Amino acid sequence: MIHFENVGLRYGMGPEILRDMTFDIPKRSFQFLTGPSGAGKTTLLRLLFMSLKPTRGLIRMFGRDLSQIPRGELPMLRRRVGIVFQDFRLLDHLTTYENVALPLRVRGKDEGSYRNDVIELLKWVGLGERINVLPAVLSGGEKQRAAIARALMDRPEILLADEPTGNVDPPMAQRLLNLFLELNRLGTAVVIATHDLGLMDQVNARRMILTDGRLDIYE
Amino acid sequence: MHVRPTGPILPPSNIQGNALMVVIAIMAFLACLTLGAVSMVRATATGWQSQISREITIQIKPSDDLDMEESLLRAKNLALSFVGTKEGMILDDSATARLLEPWLGRGLDLDELPVPRLVVVTIDEQNPPDFEAMRDLLSKEIPQALLDDHRTWVDRLVSMASTTVWIGGGVLVLVFTAMVLTVIFATRGVISGNRHIVEVLHFVGAEGGFVAKEFQKHFLKISLKGSAAGGTIAAVLFLILGAWQANARATPESDQATALFGTFSLGVAGYLGILATMVVIALLTTLTARLTVMRTIDEIDLIRSDPGRSDGLPAS
Repeated sequence: MIHFENVGLRYGMGPEILRDMTFDIPKRSFQFLTGPSGAGKTTLLRLLFMSLKPTRGLIRMFGRDLSQIPRGELPMLRRRVGIVFQDFRLLDHLTTYENVALPLRVRGKDEGSYRNDVIELLKWVGLGERINVLPAVLSGGEKQRAAIARALMDRPEILLADEPTGNVDPPMAQRLLNLFLELNRLGTAVVIATHDLGLMDQVNARRMILTDGRLDIYE
Repeated sequence: MHVRPTGPILPPSNIQGNALMVVIAIMAFLACLTLGAVSMVRATATGWQSQISREITIQIKPSDDLDMEESLLRAKNLALSFVGTKEGMILDDSATARLLEPWLGRGLDLDELPVPRLVVVTIDEQNPPDFEAMRDLLSKEIPQALLDDHRTWVDRLVSMASTTVWIGGGVLVLVFTAMVLTVIFATRGVISGNRHIVEVLHFVGAEGGFVAKEFQKHFLKISLKGSAAGGTIAAVLFLILGAWQANARATPESDQATALFGTFSLGVAGYLGILATMVVIALLTTLTARLTVMRTIDEIDLIRSDPGRSDGLPAS
């Protein structure tokens, strides 16, 4: 589904942040992306989300060479990828329902066609009682679940999550992990960037370890 | 399950949006005021011009061998024999004395002074007579007669009116330029305050056109409210001043204001101009918002293609 070949990236004239990245992310796979702080996890996630262009190398997304795709077509490709940020990035003036429905709204869909789906998804992530609540009154765990629900809303083929358990307590982290596993069972590929060893030890999954811009993969 | 009616993607009001609305209202007020003033001066100058060009004057200088009364009557008849003249009036002694009163005082005996006499002829503005032929005939028949078609005055007034309109137009252009620049800066400020929304929309797969449309809608509402407020205040101001002038007619203040500015009445065209100004301001703001948002989206894409520009974004 996603193929990186000798991908490198540097900011300006600085040293390479990522070097010689060669890996695949198969369909329906589940993997952790880990490494010490500053190793380049977020940068790699941004490359996977097409919000950065590599300085060198080849990236193929869903069978297409990214360097050959016109700028105007990128939003269509991004719609096949769901992303969850460490800082949630929920819009403060929109309710949980409106935040989660946003991906469908930007696709120009009629609200009547997705209202029940959004409510169902919110119930699935345990926010059924928080539908009309603004993010300011949600707890960290609730915000994270709202952000995950938003990323899943349009049934992406792959979900990228940046430190999804970074701001929640261990029981909530466990709940979120179960959510990702359930999602993966339903057919979505999942990449979780984390440095939480406890979380990774709970699942026997592929580990992509970034150290000084180099990637080692342990199947 | 009850869901609250879906709100707009951009927050309907915040401090920056309200400040922008006030800025637009002030700029719209100034633009409408300038437009109204230009239209007023133009109407006044046109009024003067048409009053003067509606009449011509035949002046007859006295001379020893001239029967003044007979010459005045002949001059009037000669003038009226031309197509395009309507009526003629000989200024009698008392009217002539009144004309000279500011310079020569009261109780003037015209028989003691060689004062020229005047015949005022009203002409058809749409179909004026042949002034050159009239001038030739008069000088042939009455050598002391001089025809004044007020062209010099009319030309001066036309040039004054057009100069005033040009100056007003220049001021209007300056006000509009200042308004566009103010709106650009204010809009960019509001958009930079809402950049996180642009980014979130970008991350959930919104196309540039969708994001621009959302911002356009938002700014159209703000600019319509602002320009409507500014334009309405300007229109009401003109209405109040017009009503004051009508009620205070023949008072020194009103006469002074009328002499300086003309009549505070805009007419339908003036009010339509104010309406058009409001619409133009709203459209300019909306266009500015669209271009600024597209630029912000371009910047996000530029960061994508040039990672060195990821100012402030986390690199780890």
